[in-house]
Amino acid sequence: MTKPGDVIEISGLNKWYGDYQALKGIDLNVAHGERIVVCGPSGSGKSTLIRCVNSLEEHDSGRIVVDGIEMIDNDSINAIRSEVGMVFQQFNLFPHLSILQNLTLGPMKARGMSKADADARAMEYLERVRIPDQAHKKPSELSGGQQQRVAIARSLCMEPKIMLFDEPTSALDPEMISEVLEVIVDLAEEGMTMIVVTHEMGFARRAADRMIFMDHGEVIETGTPIEFFEAPKTERCKQFLSQILQH
Amino acid sequence: MKFKTAFLFGCLIFLVGCNAAPGTWGWYVIDPRTPAGYNNIRFLLNGFGATILLSVIAAAMSMIIGMLVALPGMSSNRWIRLPSRIYIEFVRAIPLLPMLFWVFYGLPVVLKSMGINISIDAFWGAIITLAISDSAFTAEIYRSGIQSIAKGQTEAAKTVGLNYTQTMRYVILPQAIRRILPPLANQFIYIVKMSAFASVIGMQELTRRANELVVTEYRPLEIYTLLILEYLVLVLIISFFVRWLERKMGSDESR
Repeated sequence: MTKPGDVIEISGLNKWYGDYQALKGIDLNVAHGERIVVCGPSGSGKSTLIRCVNSLEEHDSGRIVVDGIEMIDNDSINAIRSEVGMVFQQFNLFPHLSILQNLTLGPMKARGMSKADADARAMEYLERVRIPDQAHKKPSELSGGQQQRVAIARSLCMEPKIMLFDEPTSALDPEMISEVLEVIVDLAEEGMTMIVVTHEMGFARRAADRMIFMDHGEVIETGTPIEFFEAPKTERCKQFLSQILQH
Repeated sequence: MKFKTAFLFGCLIFLVGCNAAPGTWGWYVIDPRTPAGYNNIRFLLNGFGATILLSVIAAAMSMIIGMLVALPGMSSNRWIRLPSRIYIEFVRAIPLLPMLFWVFYGLPVVLKSMGINISIDAFWGAIITLAISDSAFTAEIYRSGIQSIAKGQTEAAKTVGLNYTQTMRYVILPQAIRRILPPLANQFIYIVKMSAFASVIGMQELTRRANELVVTEYRPLEIYTLLILEYLVLVLIISFFVRWLERKMGSDESR
C-alpha cells in the first residue's frame, strides 16, 4: 500500500534474462529516511532489484515510482537518476580522471555547475568521507577502501535523495571494510534514504530499519533487524543466516 | 628490437653485395656516384610521394568510415547493428587484389550503368580499395576498444547524470583512445605495405617504379632489396611516431 511518505514504490516487478526469471513480482515500498538492507544468497536477485530502481536494468513488467516520478520513458528515467545515487561493488571510479575530477564531472556536465562551485562541493564531501588530502591523486593510487569512499562522495555530490549500495564492501580487503561501513553508517544517521545490498550482518543490525531477505527472485521475508536475526520465520531464511553467521 | 635486427640484416646484405665477386651483385645500378645510378635511384625514391599520399588518404578515409560503421554496430537495437555487421563480414572477406581489380575495372561500369560518368584513375581506385578494405578492420578496432572499457564505467556515468554523448566524450573515449591507438597504428602500417598492390593498376608508387626499373636494368636483386628497405624506413618512421604519441598521451591509468 502506498503511503504519503514513501519515496520508492515498487509493485509487481518482473525481470527476465532470456528464459530465466530474475525477479518474480516484487512489491516494495520504501519510506522517506528509511534504511533497508537486502540480503540473500547469490543469484537471488537482490542486485537486479536495486539496479531496476535507477533503471541500470530495464524491468519487463511492473511499476516503479521514485519520489513521485513513475518510470515510463527516458525523461522519467533521467529525472529518477538525478534523485538516486549509486555505489557499486567494483567502485567504478573514472580511472583517467583525478579524484576531484571524478567528483565534479557530474555536477559540472550534467548540472551545469561552475568549476569553482563544483570543486567546493567536492571538497566538502571529500572531508565527509575523510580523504580531502587525496583530491589530486588518480584512483589507482588509492586503496580499495579509499576508492569506495571516493565513490560514495561522488554520488553525494549529485545531492541525491536516495542512495543505493550494491555490495559496497564485497570487493574490499577485510581491513578496509569498516572504514567504508563507517561512512555509510554516518550517512544513515543523517537520515539518508538508502537501500543496501550487503552480507555485512553487523552493519545491518546497527543501521537497518528493515531487513529484506530474497531468494530465487522473490522477497521471502521482511522485518526489523531484531525480528529477522532473532526469530526468522522461514526455513530458507534460517538456513541462510546459519550459513553466513557461523563464522 | 625487431626493427633494429631487420635494419642490421639489411645493412649486412648491402655490405656483402659490395664485396662479393663480380657477376653476383651489381649495386652500380643504383650507385648515386654514377650518372645512370643517380638517375635510377632518383626514379625509385620519387615513388615515396605517391606511396605516402596514397596511404595517408586511405588511412584517413578508413578511420572515418570505420567510425561510421562501428558506432551503429554497438547499438542495443539489432536492426541498427545489422548493416554494420553485414558490411564488416562482407568487406573483410574480399581479398585486396580482387577488390582492387573490381574497383578499377568494374566500378566505373557500374557507375556508368547508373548514369554516373566518373572515371576512376589508378590513384583514386587504389585509395578507395584500401580505405574500404581497411575500414572493416578499423571498425572492429574501434568496437573492441570502446567495448573493452568496462560496462561499470557507463553505469557510473549514468548514475552521475551524464547522457550518451557526455559519457562517450568524458568517460569512454578518453580511456578507449589509448587502447585503440596501437592497433590503429598497426593498421596504418598494413595500409602502407598493401599500397604496393596499387602498382598492378599502374599507380607510380614505390613498387611500380621498382618493377619498371627491373624491366629495363635487369637487376632485380639490388632493386628489390632497395624497395624492401624503402618500406622498412617508412614503417620505422611510423612506429617511432606512434611510440612518441603513446608516450605523450601518458600511460594507461585504468589498470
